[in-house]
Amino acid sequence: MNKFDIQIREDGEHAVIETAGYLNDALGEQLADKAKELIGNGYTQLVINLEKTTLINSIGISILIEIIEALHEREGALNFCGLSATQERTFRMMALAKYAGIFPDEESAIANL
Amino acid sequence: MSDIAKRVILTIPMYPDMELAAAKTASVLAELMDFGEGEVEEIQLAIIETCINAFEHSKSDDQEVHIEFLLMADELQFKVTDRGVGISTDTLDGSRVLGSPSVHTDLRKRGRGLQIIRSLMDEVDIESSPNGTTVSVKKKKRG
Repeated sequence: MNKFDIQIREDGEHAVIETAGYLNDALGEQLADKAKELIGNGYTQLVINLEKTTLINSIGISILIEIIEALHEREGALNFCGLSATQERTFRMMALAKYAGIFPDEESAIANL
Repeated sequence: MSDIAKRVILTIPMYPDMELAAAKTASVLAELMDFGEGEVEEIQLAIIETCINAFEHSKSDDQEVHIEFLLMADELQFKVTDRGVGISTDTLDGSRVLGSPSVHTDLRKRGRGLQIIRSLMDEVDIESSPNGTTVSVKKKKRG
């Protein structure tokens, strides 16, 4: 995986999006496009793996909120995994954790969709 | 590190991703001061958000952000200054740019940068005038 990259893994009823690099407006827009494409293709159970995402700024968080809202409109679900302690704290403060699950690894994030 | 403060000055242009230069510098200084790994990440995120606020709101003619780091015995301080038009605190807080509630009233689209900075740092002060804005931040060492 490149320093700045997005990987998609589709598996039956769910899909995993893995990002690497700095989640800002540029990577965030790519992530949103991929997520909307997956949702458009019928995937409403998503996992976003942030293990290789070194930093997430407030614009990146805003884009994650847009994905949560898009899934909410389809009665879907989103779980995050691979967050650092600081990222998890920020997500909880920004209320993302109320509408999306946070799990330590991809396996548990998928299992809890 | 001695009790005498060490000072590091950095000026960055308002180009995309240049906040990462400030974050890298902050990371090196925080590691030099023996901040923990999590605290280093908190400092990086705080300075990124402070720089982004300047990039987005200052409208400065020189398109530069000036950063001063002060390395104290028990805390890291940084001041982020732009020579822009100044900004109201409610804009920095995001309350002026949020608009009407979306699907979830507490999931807001924009303007949470200062909220993040305040949650991660020990002290945050903002001075703003029509000649520019300075955001001063302090992060104390734990233990």
